[in-house]
Amino acid sequence: MTVAFELNGAPVMLDLPPETPLVHALRDGLGLFGTRWGCGAEACGACMVLLDGQPVPSCTLVLDAVAGRRVRSVEGLGTPTAPHPLQTAFLEEQAGQCGYCLSGILVSAAALLERIPDPDETAVRTALDGNLCRCGAHNRIIRAVLRAAASMRGVPA
Amino acid sequence: MSSARPAPDAAPPRSADVGPPSAPPRLPGSLEANRRLSQWLRLLPEGRVVVTPGKVEIGQGILTALAQIAADELDVDFARISVEAAATDHSPNEGVTSGSRSVQDSGLAVRHACAAARAIHLGVVAQRSGVPLESLRVEDGTFIGPDGRAVGSYWREAASGLLECDTPHDVAPKPAAARRVAGTAAPRLDLPDKVFGAPRFLHDMRLPGMMFARIIRPPSREARLEALPEAPAGARLVVDGSFLAVVCATEAEAAGAATRVAARARWAERDTLPPAPELADRFRAGPVETTPIADRPGAGAAPARTLRATFFRPYMAHASIGTCCAVARWSEAGLEVWSHSQSIFALRRDLGLALRLPAERIVVHHREGAGCYGHNGADDVALDAALVARATPGRPVRVQWSREDELGWAPFGAANLVTVEAEVAEDGTLLSWTHDIYGNGHLSRPGFSETPSLLAASHLAVPFPAPVALNPAPAGGGGADRNAMPAYRTGGLSVRVHRWLEMPLRTSSFRALGAMANVLAIESVMDELALAAGRDPVAYRLAHLDDPRARAVIEAVVAMAGPPPGGRGEGVGRGLAFARYKGSGAWCAVVAEVEAEERVRVRRLWIAADAGEVVNPEGAAHQIEGGAVQAVSIALKEEVTFDGRGVTSNSWDTYPILRFSEVPAVSVQLLPRPEAPPLGTGECATGPTVAAISNAIHDALGVRVRTLPFTPDNIAQAMG
Repeated sequence: MTVAFELNGAPVMLDLPPETPLVHALRDGLGLFGTRWGCGAEACGACMVLLDGQPVPSCTLVLDAVAGRRVRSVEGLGTPTAPHPLQTAFLEEQAGQCGYCLSGILVSAAALLERIPDPDETAVRTALDGNLCRCGAHNRIIRAVLRAAASMRGVPA
Repeated sequence: MSSARPAPDAAPPRSADVGPPSAPPRLPGSLEANRRLSQWLRLLPEGRVVVTPGKVEIGQGILTALAQIAADELDVDFARISVEAAATDHSPNEGVTSGSRSVQDSGLAVRHACAAARAIHLGVVAQRSGVPLESLRVEDGTFIGPDGRAVGSYWREAASGLLECDTPHDVAPKPAAARRVAGTAAPRLDLPDKVFGAPRFLHDMRLPGMMFARIIRPPSREARLEALPEAPAGARLVVDGSFLAVVCATEAEAAGAATRVAARARWAERDTLPPAPELADRFRAGPVETTPIADRPGAGAAPARTLRATFFRPYMAHASIGTCCAVARWSEAGLEVWSHSQSIFALRRDLGLALRLPAERIVVHHREGAGCYGHNGADDVALDAALVARATPGRPVRVQWSREDELGWAPFGAANLVTVEAEVAEDGTLLSWTHDIYGNGHLSRPGFSETPSLLAASHLAVPFPAPVALNPAPAGGGGADRNAMPAYRTGGLSVRVHRWLEMPLRTSSFRALGAMANVLAIESVMDELALAAGRDPVAYRLAHLDDPRARAVIEAVVAMAGPPPGGRGEGVGRGLAFARYKGSGAWCAVVAEVEAEERVRVRRLWIAADAGEVVNPEGAAHQIEGGAVQAVSIALKEEVTFDGRGVTSNSWDTYPILRFSEVPAVSVQLLPRPEAPPLGTGECATGPTVAAISNAIHDALGVRVRTLPFTPDNIAQAMG
């Protein structure tokens, strides 16, 4: 069965079983490996994507449920030549150690900044509370999100 | 500046005046055992340098630090340097990437190797060009004469085979003042891929014809597979005794098939695990192997007071965000494995034992995995993948563990019971210290036992017994006894390890090993002794410390933290703790500020550390902060739970870790010691952070909590 949806601004058609979790469809169906699999139980945030602008885990979200909808993965945030301000800020703050959690955190943070352009630290912590990081990079990540917010508002960091 | 006592894990001196006249001088770090210069770096004609260490990236930033060191010693721009992932068929064997030794072992080797490569090239270029060697300079890889003209380059000599030699010892790396890249905050080489979602992890590797497998673990410890279900459509079962896997064309199919097979397989089960509350008693009851670590009688003065305290640390999980993963391909030539193991050479050996295959027919390539904090399931999953690959020759097989496998079956950090008996004079001066550690060993890595240490080896039809965890030798920093020797001046000193010879749950190395429980015990007791003598805990510690670098980090952290806040005694408190990691590594002092309401929350941490030369200050500070934040998580939340059959904390709900809303503010200060040997930073903050939190809880609530984690239940128990 073919499932059609919008991915990172472009239409895609995937010929995969409709019960395929989106995380696997992205990785093995489309070769987009940025969305990471971490638990399969919506408990760690490593596989977060934006579904119609809302951050959701993609490990239990089946392909059938995204038909006709807009999906944005970490690859859709930016590229090395045209980075999202969050990606620039994460590199400037060196916000990450092993980096396995970062894709999901960037997606959650992008959703936050679209909703609240001027978040305080508490708002950032709350928005990222569903994303686990084991290396202890949290404080750098929070600083990077605040820095990206400032740069998106045109405020020098 | 020198340390107060020699590093116990330093190699014995082999300088000319003590060794036999013919003994070559010792080369730095891992070069001593891997002397071939071409093993360490390659120069490419297109103007690039490839550094080829045996240490591996485990999220600690070692690739970047090694590139910085190479850039300095070669006089080549940082941007020209790349670092190749290690593999057993060509890399120097640098043992295990662990123990905060990456920079010491690999960094010093790369520094010397690059200095040697530069010296060799300088000599050749001088001879060929006729320009006197001392008037040549190197600018970004090009050799320039006194008139400003280029007379040669590394790139032009790339094919000359100049590195095909034993590394000469008589080269001098640059003095600290001449380093331009090492010592600066160079950006992590691996981070851009990770921020843009590029396929950088082993998990993202795909090979032509690759198949995807999942393992169906026994439902409980020592369960035996009795009856197999039919393979689901599109799946194939791979069985060897009680090792059961499904292999499919895609990861999604494999995950689905594994769930269906697990629901239908029949196993013989029985209770094999001890009741958790009895664990501490069983540690003492034995059987144990007792090893004396220190035994020095006191001066015999009668103590005015004796303090006895018992501490307990439960089993702990590595709890990485990415589960363990491996890729294997079986062919007539042998076995090829891609792994995020910390010790690829030892993994090759144990794979050979488990598969009854000569190690020469196995190649293990390192690829990056998720964060690694010790001996996790990376080696185990490599055997899983190899077992499935053996059943599908020619087809590469990828195995990624489920979250339940990761939290339930990977080796755990060992549970330990620590008892301390401290005798003091009337004014609190330490007269004697007696320290006993009970529980499992901290070392089940591959490469140390006669039988393979890999999980599935004990599930095979012809099973190998799982080796009982050992403790690394005290000279290597010890295991259960790591940091059991107080840094404080005392008369009598008795330290013993009582290694439990039963191992109901597999244990191995987890960040800082025994240092976590031992530093907690020592620093809690020191705090208590100070207060009992009516002395300030900081002044009391300083009065027992002769090592100037120890004193310096304590004084620095006290200055950083400043005066305590208001609200003390109303559930807010501060505590300090100090340790020199392994007694030979980095010095670290931590002040923690906590508030205790329904639960304890850590508000702030101040950390001062002395790690000798720091190659990348940003990276080192990040390692220290990361270690400290992980220690907060451990101190407040983490405990592996189990019933008679198996581990019950096998999900993020049942093994919670610290979340963004719970992470304290952290300040880190690294004392500048550019001329002192580098000491590593990954683990130095773990013990002091846990202990500082314990002391802060006492400051806030007036109770000594000696059982980890510091949950409301354990605090209530301590209050009696």
